[in-house]
Amino acid sequence: MAMKKPSVPFSGTKEQEAQLLEVIAEHKNDQGALMPILQKAQGIYGYLPMEVLVIISNEMNVPLEKAYGVATFYSQFSLNPKGKYTISVCLGTACYVKGSGDIFAKLEEKLGIGNGGCTPDGKFSLDACRCIGACGLAPVLTVNDEVFGRLTVDDVDSVLAKFA
Amino acid sequence: MYRSHVLVCGGTGCTSSGSEEIIRVLKDELDKNGLTSEVSVVKTGCHGLCALGPIMIVYPEAVFYSMVETKDVPEIVSEHLLKGRVVSRLVYDETVSSEGEIKSLADTNFYKKQHRIALRNCGVINPENIEEYIGTRGYEALGKVVTEMTPDDVIKCILDSGLRGRGGGGFPTGRKWQLAKDLVKGGQKYVCCNADEGDPGAFMDRSILEGDPHALIEAMAIAGYAIGANQGYVYVRAEYPIAVERLQIAINQAKEYGLLGENIFGSGFSFDLGIRLGAGAFVCGEETALMTSIEGNRGEPRPRPPFPAEKGLFGKPTVLNNVETYANIPQIILNGPEWFSAMGTEKSKGTKVFALGGKIKNTGLVEIPMGTTLREVVEEIGGGIPNGKKFKAAQTGGPSGGCIPAEYFDIEMDYDNLIAIGSMMGSGGLIVMDEDNCMVDIAKFFLEFTVDESCGKCTPCRIGTKRLYEILDKITKGNGTLEDIDKLEELCYFIKENSLCGLGQTAPNPVLSTLKFFRDEYVAHVVDKKCPAGVCKDLLRYTIDPDKCKGCTMCARVCPNNAISGAVKTPHVIDTDKCVKCGACMEKCKFGAISKC
Repeated sequence: MAMKKPSVPFSGTKEQEAQLLEVIAEHKNDQGALMPILQKAQGIYGYLPMEVLVIISNEMNVPLEKAYGVATFYSQFSLNPKGKYTISVCLGTACYVKGSGDIFAKLEEKLGIGNGGCTPDGKFSLDACRCIGACGLAPVLTVNDEVFGRLTVDDVDSVLAKFA
Repeated sequence: MYRSHVLVCGGTGCTSSGSEEIIRVLKDELDKNGLTSEVSVVKTGCHGLCALGPIMIVYPEAVFYSMVETKDVPEIVSEHLLKGRVVSRLVYDETVSSEGEIKSLADTNFYKKQHRIALRNCGVINPENIEEYIGTRGYEALGKVVTEMTPDDVIKCILDSGLRGRGGGGFPTGRKWQLAKDLVKGGQKYVCCNADEGDPGAFMDRSILEGDPHALIEAMAIAGYAIGANQGYVYVRAEYPIAVERLQIAINQAKEYGLLGENIFGSGFSFDLGIRLGAGAFVCGEETALMTSIEGNRGEPRPRPPFPAEKGLFGKPTVLNNVETYANIPQIILNGPEWFSAMGTEKSKGTKVFALGGKIKNTGLVEIPMGTTLREVVEEIGGGIPNGKKFKAAQTGGPSGGCIPAEYFDIEMDYDNLIAIGSMMGSGGLIVMDEDNCMVDIAKFFLEFTVDESCGKCTPCRIGTKRLYEILDKITKGNGTLEDIDKLEELCYFIKENSLCGLGQTAPNPVLSTLKFFRDEYVAHVVDKKCPAGVCKDLLRYTIDPDKCKGCTMCARVCPNNAISGAVKTPHVIDTDKCVKCGACMEKCKFGAISKC
């Protein structure tokens, strides 16, 4: 994957960096510590910009390409910032056979962004996700941590309106 | 002593439909009515009947309230809990007899044929309280193992039970343990749990973690004792926050009670457990990829041999089982291997948990003896297909599996029967499809998934799945040829034979299985340029029957692209060039004049 220029400049604070260094110091010597540290780093910054990967690589003494390789392998890690509200539409089988594909298409159309995109105002980002395990409520989508289930295409507007 | 216990489901399904808020309101209402000391509120794990969530069960009467909303709570408290009058409008109708009496939940169609071993505590106990687990003979098996049995006794017991891996492969669990114990003598070993439940549509492992986390901890400690490991790791998907939280609470409690850690039950055996979070990579459900991921790397699989039993996590001998497999272990130790092997079929013993989803009335989790027929699962337990539609196929095994068509409706589901017809048990997702689902589209859906999730390490999988997807896409767009179908088949076998890990080796299964049973649908797409189920948009054509059309203009008004024209009270016409095939007109037409083909 080619390195895309992030749409938003890095704006990490000293406090965030101090927090990150603390996390690294705590886990540095654990076996297989890179993943948990990346996860915590994403928790601190909301995403994993190159600047953060450089800090992790230096502090843990692992090559930057290894940190970058791990960060780009897993779909939960994001090298780009997310919107204020992250919409994830489940495209797992149970939701898909009940029409979540149409709901996703409607959101793409409404927000004018594709999978993994973020609206220019930084408000919404859109992701297709795999089964969140709420198949009884299919089709579902989540906005941040809130789950909306038993949806139809017509519900898309009212879901978006809640966060307008 | 409480005179009444109210169980509210806190599984992901019910939590998503607001059960946390219901618990909060319930506690408030109890407080207002001065009932706090008489009625206890228990947040349990999943009951299985997710379609009816949020679920609330009131004991001792065992009244099963379904689809409860917060506004119903005050009524339940003032009527039922205060005055003893059941709020009948909220009671699940299957639990009420024709005379209006409350039936036991165990007598309903959904639960009647179930036999819960792995799920036995789910929905029954409070998973965040170790005492409740101990109260249902929890940790008794671990105690028995470390004080009365040798590691070989334990392995023999598991071997004799006939338990096979519930993650999909079906490898005998006892044999796995034996190899890990004997291949390399002594030294550091590990016990791992695969809780990276990635098959879309399967959520039994999550429900066990959320509803009965101590069963997993106990079983992993037993496995540790059997193979000589003192450290275990549970690899859980990060998509399961509630499960992770409850498992962490359970681990902390077990440590506090001395059931994990140094010198368990004074036996000299020590075992510790840690959680590792996945980060959204389907391939990490493959055992070698999972271990590579725990080691902190890109989760790419490694060639086997060496098998994990010899060289696994950090290069040490490792046992890796999935959550459901582990959940059976304490019960086998307590009740004996014969008890377990008495259930099921000749080669598949015990029970299997299936996650029913898709076009079925009772979506949810069911645990049934191996060998139960698909018909029983769909028609009796699942309550059939909604809206009077016809059963077309059931998909099992997720993206690695295949479909079971209507002609095999009476198949006894176990590992070997499913493999024989080109599907597989997989982790137990069972998605029901009706006549409105296009099988070519479903195959394309799964291939899109595997293209996305292929780790890219080996070429047959990385490029092969992409080519499969492209051919399928071409067919669904009406540009396919009969040659493409042959090419598709040939490529499937090539990918199966040449991929490095299970992901690639099984990725073509959805295509092969739909080709086997629904080849006519592929041919219809290619030759007639039609999608019989009416799913593939590029092949659809909407038309208005002039005899049925009353000229009410409704369709013309809802059409987003002004593709429908016609004067009031005269038959309308659809301009197929302008039509975007959204189907809005068909939904709105009151006279059934619009059809698609």
